Amino acid sequence: MASSRSTHTPASAGGTTLPSRSGRSTGGEAGDAARAAAQAPVMACSHLSLNVNGMPVSTEIEPRLLLVQLLRERLHLTGTHVGCDTGQCGACTVHMNGRAVKSCTLLALQAQGAEVTTIEGIAPAGGGLHPMQAAFHEHHGLQCGFCTPGMVMNAIDLVRTQPNLTEADVRSGLDGNLCRCTGYHNIVKAVLAGAGAMKGQS
Amino acid sequence: MTNAIGQSIPRKEDFRFLTGTGQYTDDVQQPNQLHAYFLRSPHAHARIRAIDVAAAKTSAGVAAVFTGADLDGKVNGLPCGWLITDMNGQPMKEPPHPPLASGKVRYVGDAVAVVIAETLDNAKDAAEAIAVDYEMLPAVVDPAKARCPGVETIHDEAPDNTCYVWSIGDRQAVDAAFAQAAHVARLDLVNNRLIPNAIEPRAALASYNRGEASYTLYVTSQNPHVERLLMSAFVLGLPEHKLRVISPDVGGGFGSKIFLYPEETVLTWASRQVERPIKWTAERSEAFLADAHGRDHVTRAELALDRDGKFLAMRVHTTAALGAYLSTFASSVPTILYATLLSGQYTTPQIYCEVTAVFTNTAPVDAYRGAGRPEATYVVERLVETAARELKIAPAELRRRNFITRFPHQTPVALCYDTGNYEATLAEAMRIADVAGFEDRRRHALARGRLRGLGYSAYIEACGLAPSNVAGSLGARAGLFEAGEVRVHPTGKVTVFTGSHSHGQGHETTFAQVVAEKFGIDTADVEIVHGDTDRIAFGMGTYGSRSIAVGGTAIVRAADKVIAKAKRIAAHLLEAADADIEFADGKFTIAGTDRSVAFAQVALSAYVPHNYPLETLEPGLDETAFYDPTNFTFPAGTHICEIEIDPATGETRIVRFTAVDDFGKVINPMIVEGQVHGGLAQGIGQALLEGCAYDAETGQLLTGSLMDYALPRSDDLPSFDVALKETPCTHNPLGVKGCGEAGAIGAPAAVMNAITDALWTLGIRDLPMPATPQTVWRAIRSAPQGRTART
Ligand code: FES
Ligand code: FES
Repeated sequence: MASSRSTHTPASAGGTTLPSRSGRSTGGEAGDAARAAAQAPVMACSHLSLNVNGMPVSTEIEPRLLLVQLLRERLHLTGTHVGCDTGQCGACTVHMNGRAVKSCTLLALQAQGAEVTTIEGIAPAGGGLHPMQAAFHEHHGLQCGFCTPGMVMNAIDLVRTQPNLTEADVRSGLDGNLCRCTGYHNIVKAVLAGAGAMKGQS
Repeated sequence: MTNAIGQSIPRKEDFRFLTGTGQYTDDVQQPNQLHAYFLRSPHAHARIRAIDVAAAKTSAGVAAVFTGADLDGKVNGLPCGWLITDMNGQPMKEPPHPPLASGKVRYVGDAVAVVIAETLDNAKDAAEAIAVDYEMLPAVVDPAKARCPGVETIHDEAPDNTCYVWSIGDRQAVDAAFAQAAHVARLDLVNNRLIPNAIEPRAALASYNRGEASYTLYVTSQNPHVERLLMSAFVLGLPEHKLRVISPDVGGGFGSKIFLYPEETVLTWASRQVERPIKWTAERSEAFLADAHGRDHVTRAELALDRDGKFLAMRVHTTAALGAYLSTFASSVPTILYATLLSGQYTTPQIYCEVTAVFTNTAPVDAYRGAGRPEATYVVERLVETAARELKIAPAELRRRNFITRFPHQTPVALCYDTGNYEATLAEAMRIADVAGFEDRRRHALARGRLRGLGYSAYIEACGLAPSNVAGSLGARAGLFEAGEVRVHPTGKVTVFTGSHSHGQGHETTFAQVVAEKFGIDTADVEIVHGDTDRIAFGMGTYGSRSIAVGGTAIVRAADKVIAKAKRIAAHLLEAADADIEFADGKFTIAGTDRSVAFAQVALSAYVPHNYPLETLEPGLDETAFYDPTNFTFPAGTHICEIEIDPATGETRIVRFTAVDDFGKVINPMIVEGQVHGGLAQGIGQALLEGCAYDAETGQLLTGSLMDYALPRSDDLPSFDVALKETPCTHNPLGVKGCGEAGAIGAPAAVMNAITDALWTLGIRDLPMPATPQTVWRAIRSAPQGRTART
């Protein structure tokens, strides 16, 4: 009978590779940076300045802090969600310098000097909704709401970068955002309607 | 609004979700909170020789480390809520389910220790310093082999790894019918194991208040009162009134958040040891490893037919995996919620089903959207359509010959259907799906080198769980009623407290519509409160598509009590006899006159009782009702799937999916259709994409991330054609049946029947789910007539 002496965290027991610290496994350079930072023996603090939803933020952070952790845990902007540890679900999508990014795949330090916008920052002042938020409401594009902020943020980016969206464009454009509730049917409808409304507005 | 019922009103709850102001469990932060990390077993089956936590305890920021040994004698095992009695009259085997592994680990992901520290990083760092000495044991992975002689025993209490062998129906009568049959259709089916994957991972935040000697637990639960009852009374031995369970916004459940899990149990207990709040949030990898999985049946199914295609009998043998431990409702899923549905929409006079439930070294298996009913529908509808093709009878025609048309109908497997109209949903689905034009489309596809197929699934489900006495006689260890309280405020605004829980279903809107219509007020004036054991009298929660049928009825009953009392107040104000007061459109009127008093005015009088019958009536306008249903409800419908296969790649594309469902009366069609869409996505996911895989030797989870387990994405799915038929339920006041699971129940058989239809002429009779491109491509390559299809 085999015997094993396990002295490490079996976070990868499922056949997946995960850094055993808080760095979330990601693809690409950001992930590599996150892993490198996670392995750094001493966590010297670094200074970070950026704008979040138009407000200046200036703070000392551990280099391994992820952008999503900064938003949720430090700034209490809990509208940005974490749904996975592999950069697959898109629940953490925010805008950085106007483009949609998955905030779990970025170190907060990578947002140095950036303009970051979260779901809390897109509605017009005075309590209304952004046309894309309104379209999700009108077309029942959300159920439990957990994927919703990421969906909305990605949808806005999609409309901005692709002028004449078709259903197929929306379906392929949202394929980095998982929803387990809606079957996407009403999300697709909402994004197409929201695209129309955003155009009408600009 | 007097006609709120039946309107597609956009949801009241949307605003907070769309603006990032919802509050999910992980969003809650408490001052001084600690973070927990669970060390999990890397082995599927091993004895724990020793655990050394000394280094972890002194690691930076660590407040406490606990292992199974620390809980022994203080914390009981997690209970199972349904006792199944086996064929020999013996109770099922119930091995203990310790919240932290004790002596042995039994699946990859089994929690071995918890580290509680100032930060999550501290906790993870410390967990790395825990040394566990494992003696590895052979893993039992394949349910079909779990009982074979010589196989390793998982629990001493169940030496043959068998929890129970259970049966329903008259075996002799079934065998006799098969002996008479003109034709027998047979299938060997695997209902693939699924991992629920709500996008919000499970989470908990437990705290202990020393001053009040009370606990508060925030947890991602579909049924906070059940969670409280099980945890306090059975596991921790706490007084129930000293434990408050709050399920705030919950990001999807699909069954996986019904159960009492080890993590929140350990956290609640530990919060008293450390006297600080403790938070735990699952990573997605932990969700894959340690959320209860669904399905996992191996079945041999047979259908006997006479010369005219009338069903004579059905015989089904199923082996169901329960995983390593009995999860909260695990035992009821492959029995009570499965075999009782094998009659489907048909008059099949005799049915026998035998279920062997086995332990395996895998994550526990329990209810997942549909829970037993998708498995039953898959058996029935695959068999029926196979029989139709074998007999060269059109699948719709064979179904029509066997539809139940007279109600109430007593099936041979315990259920009594109160009402239904199966012909109506079939005909409407065929019209919308343009079945008449299908053969043309098939020909055109073939001209392009594509194989088209069309498949049906005429499903039925039993919802509205459940009459408590019936459930009790079948082994349920809990009641299955629901509670609702309707509180009218002095201004006529209303707060409703419900034991149902919404985690995406939209109760805050649907229930408000019901109450608004009752009182003739605006839905904006009705607030629905759910998910907090301190605010709501009691509740059994949300699962099994029960919320509107049971929870909604409890609210209606409470609202009726409010109206009855309000009529007496109105009679006093109008100086009329109680019996002469009528209530309609938000006004109490003396019958036959134009003298009336508005709802809000009556409400004010109830709280400012200056002119009020105080001698005979209490002030206030706040009523509670507990509703226990008299029967299950029976939503049913027809799903039709049309697919196209590219034989060169094996890729299956759904070109059209039609669902016509009969949920009885529908309160908010937009929300109901949304529920159907989501269910269909999960059903199609099961058929084409999703499949949990464990390594057959080691029991390692091979599909442990979203990169290995194919959750449906937006570009995997089509838009759906959904329509509703309304045959009202006969035994609840709203005429409602429930809609949450139908999509997941009906879709898999429709998709697989369509694939089988497309490949039938190649000699392919069945394919396993998920029918991935590789599976389909291989089947075509090795099919007798496969060569002709290759392009
Ligand atoms: S949490 Fe960022 S992609 Fe899943
Ligand atoms: S609305 Fe629940 S995950 Fe998308």
